[in-house]
Amino acid sequence: MADTVETHASGDDPNRRDFIHIAAGAAAVGALVPIAWPLIDQMNPAGDTLALASIEFDLSKVPAGQQVVLKWRGKPLFVRNRTPAEIAAAVKDDNASLPDPQPDAARHKDGKPQWLVLIGTCTHLGCVPTFQGGDYGGWFCPCHGSHYDTSGRIRKGPAPRNLEVPEWAFLSDTTVKIG
Amino acid sequence: MLRKVIALAALGLACIGGQAAAATHPKDPPSIGWSFEGPFGRFDKAQLQRGYKVYREVCASCHGMSLMYFRNLGQPGGPFHDEKYPNPNDNPYVKALAAEVQVNDIDSETGDTVQRPATSADRFPSPFPNEAAARASNGGAMPPDLSVIVKARQQGPQYIYAVLAGYANPPPGLTVPPGQYYNPYYPGDVSAFYQGDHGHVPEGGFLAMPPPLGSGKVTFDDGTPSTVAQQAKDVTAFLAWAAEPKMEERKAFGLGAMIYLLLLTILLWFSYKRIWRNVAH
Amino acid sequence: MSGHSSYEPKTGFERWMDMRLPILRMAHDTAITFPTPKNLNYWWTFGGILAVMLVVQIVTGIVLAMHYVPHVDHAFASVERIMRDVNYGWFIRYMHANGASMFFVAVYIHILRNLYYGSYKAPREVLWILGCVIYLLMMATAFLGYVLPWGQMSFHGAVVITNLLGALPVVGQAITTWLWGGFAVDNPTLNRFFSLHFLLPFMIAGVVALHIWALHVPGNNNPLGVNVKSKEDTVPFHPYYTVKDGFAIALFFLLFASFVFYNPNILGHADNYIPANPLVTPTHIVPEWYFLPFYAILRAVPDKLGGVLLMFGAIGVLFILPWLDTSKVRSMRYRPTARWYFLIFVLAALILGWCGARLPDDPVIPGVTSFKLLDADLNSYVWLSRIATAYYFAYFVLILPILGLTEKPLPVPDSISAPVLSHPATTPAGAVASPEKRG
Repeated sequence: MADTVETHASGDDPNRRDFIHIAAGAAAVGALVPIAWPLIDQMNPAGDTLALASIEFDLSKVPAGQQVVLKWRGKPLFVRNRTPAEIAAAVKDDNASLPDPQPDAARHKDGKPQWLVLIGTCTHLGCVPTFQGGDYGGWFCPCHGSHYDTSGRIRKGPAPRNLEVPEWAFLSDTTVKIG
Repeated sequence: MLRKVIALAALGLACIGGQAAAATHPKDPPSIGWSFEGPFGRFDKAQLQRGYKVYREVCASCHGMSLMYFRNLGQPGGPFHDEKYPNPNDNPYVKALAAEVQVNDIDSETGDTVQRPATSADRFPSPFPNEAAARASNGGAMPPDLSVIVKARQQGPQYIYAVLAGYANPPPGLTVPPGQYYNPYYPGDVSAFYQGDHGHVPEGGFLAMPPPLGSGKVTFDDGTPSTVAQQAKDVTAFLAWAAEPKMEERKAFGLGAMIYLLLLTILLWFSYKRIWRNVAH
Repeated sequence: MSGHSSYEPKTGFERWMDMRLPILRMAHDTAITFPTPKNLNYWWTFGGILAVMLVVQIVTGIVLAMHYVPHVDHAFASVERIMRDVNYGWFIRYMHANGASMFFVAVYIHILRNLYYGSYKAPREVLWILGCVIYLLMMATAFLGYVLPWGQMSFHGAVVITNLLGALPVVGQAITTWLWGGFAVDNPTLNRFFSLHFLLPFMIAGVVALHIWALHVPGNNNPLGVNVKSKEDTVPFHPYYTVKDGFAIALFFLLFASFVFYNPNILGHADNYIPANPLVTPTHIVPEWYFLPFYAILRAVPDKLGGVLLMFGAIGVLFILPWLDTSKVRSMRYRPTARWYFLIFVLAALILGWCGARLPDDPVIPGVTSFKLLDADLNSYVWLSRIATAYYFAYFVLILPILGLTEKPLPVPDSISAPVLSHPATTPAGAVASPEKRG
């Protein structure tokens, strides 16, 4: 092989793609995966963060017509005990022109319409809406004037979507688990 | 050849560095086998459950474990892990065990400190609010936190077991100061309290903890005879798990890693030999 | 030898890049075609191993810094949180802690190789000095890093070492207070140690770049200590040494993994799992194993300032080594007398390390009391340290200077290709390998 790099002491051209070199190279690159994954996964939520991912709450703490604000996953959570009048007002507007149409029944658990569990951040830019404010008796966001009704649906103002309903369930008649 | 010896010796040195040579040695702990020692060691779940019971019923009255959460009991490798509940917070055993223990909380309406049953997200509560209170209740001594005690003592589990199970009556000639207890496995120097031949000072030292375990003191739900040795073994295994809950994961990952590295080394060896085959060197 | 670059950009992108920032050319010249002596043995793989370990430490360190809290009330617990709650946190932490030890294993072997083969001699003096600077920075980084978990050894080790500076006359106390940020090692100290521990490895990386640059000017030394005479004496770095280094790195990682996965705490000290308590001193304060020889030198001198000066002097003497060794022959392969002295030097260093872990007044041979010399029994570790320290310094300032002038070295081969080769080519290939002749 007179025309390869001849000015040093090599024998065969060592750059020939022998299988062993491909295998060794592949194994070396493959070793990077079990090293890279832990380095990436460590940024995912850790055990203690995940532990607070779900909370339990005793509904008997919330009198009728009131709400309680909890902290859940670092955000405010509204647990509201609606009066029959508030429920009726929400159901009446099921077919009104809503920016984000959704019937009230889809926003509470079957058979327990008085309990609303909503994430308390305005879907516009994230401020915390005030209780019973605004034109619809639901919530009002003071930052840019979004009005939510008694079902937590956006009615007026810049917010695009209804207040978000998180994953939640009844554990018993009086306790719920959120998350 | 000489240089290989040097390299190995340097590593050997590394392993030995750090041993203390005290004036009097405590007695060497007996070497009993542990299910979790060695590269393939694992914790015995039943033993961990019994050990937790010993901790909760005997040790927790003085010793905190503030790095432990109740949810740790239900995590993979833990004493109450159940595959049906991958999130340990949902594990009913964990929730029940937590609820047995009272923790401090603030009443959200009045702002007063109240006690409430623990949940799986809570830490193990400390028996004393602060160090001063702990010392006041224990004759000036501070019962150490047990979260990593097995890693914080030389010879780890052997030592903990030996101290717990090894209390002995003081040999003749040894005066034990009031509020202290003699233990041949506990480090210390009892020469000042020994009237006998000073060439044969008894091994061991005095500590403020009375013998914590007693025959039958803790009833084991699985029917295991509750001897002092058994309680000591079980609580030590539990403490070893608490000090390093990820031990089994570490050894399992390690097996895969070592095998892969071995294969990689072999492949690289042959690649290297191939490349250098025709070079005179 | 730094010669003319043979890089020829092949693709359009390579040509475009080469005209703007010749970084591909630099990579090519440094790590692909670089002519490397063909006779390097396995002691030469530790440079590559060190580079990999630096990357490992930096990557694992940055990741740990995402979770660690540098405050006295939270440091210990944050490390335990990493071990328990952070995904694979135990793996990253154990890699970082054991990685530091492995880094020092590699650097000590690397230094010993340089001492034996005379790699510090002209024209590689600056290369050697840069290496000493890297070693100093490594020791500073390791010291700062060990304080961070805020265990008993972390805290009291910091107290002992920072107090050493108080021995300096006039300015000592002011410097110590300045370093502490207070009247003792406390939160300000921990916080700044974290900042410096994060900074120093990047300075190490910079000096490593200079180190490799300084290496590539004269080129690598080799076991014969003979200069490269022609291209025939060399092979291109890739694939000959990339793959050989890869093999050595894989072996080294097997050792590293055996610690990380199966014995992660054996090189450390149990007392560091006790949270720091300024009011309680551990029964036996010891630094990490890689500092033990210097700790022994420190304690060998009865005077505090003397001990500090001698300890730093033990590293300082390394910097002037190229001018202390008068031998005209580089490699101790051809210096049979020097080899024995070198072996004793290695033994002395190991003995110093052993002594560093003992209590100074403990007997070396148990049960035997001989006579008291000066301040301690002759059969004590402090005297053994003194003897070993004396040899350590004598080796550099007496033995090497004198030996170079008085010894009778073996005849040195003319060139790398000249002597009988231990690995002849299996198939004589064309006209390339030079015929074997007795050197």
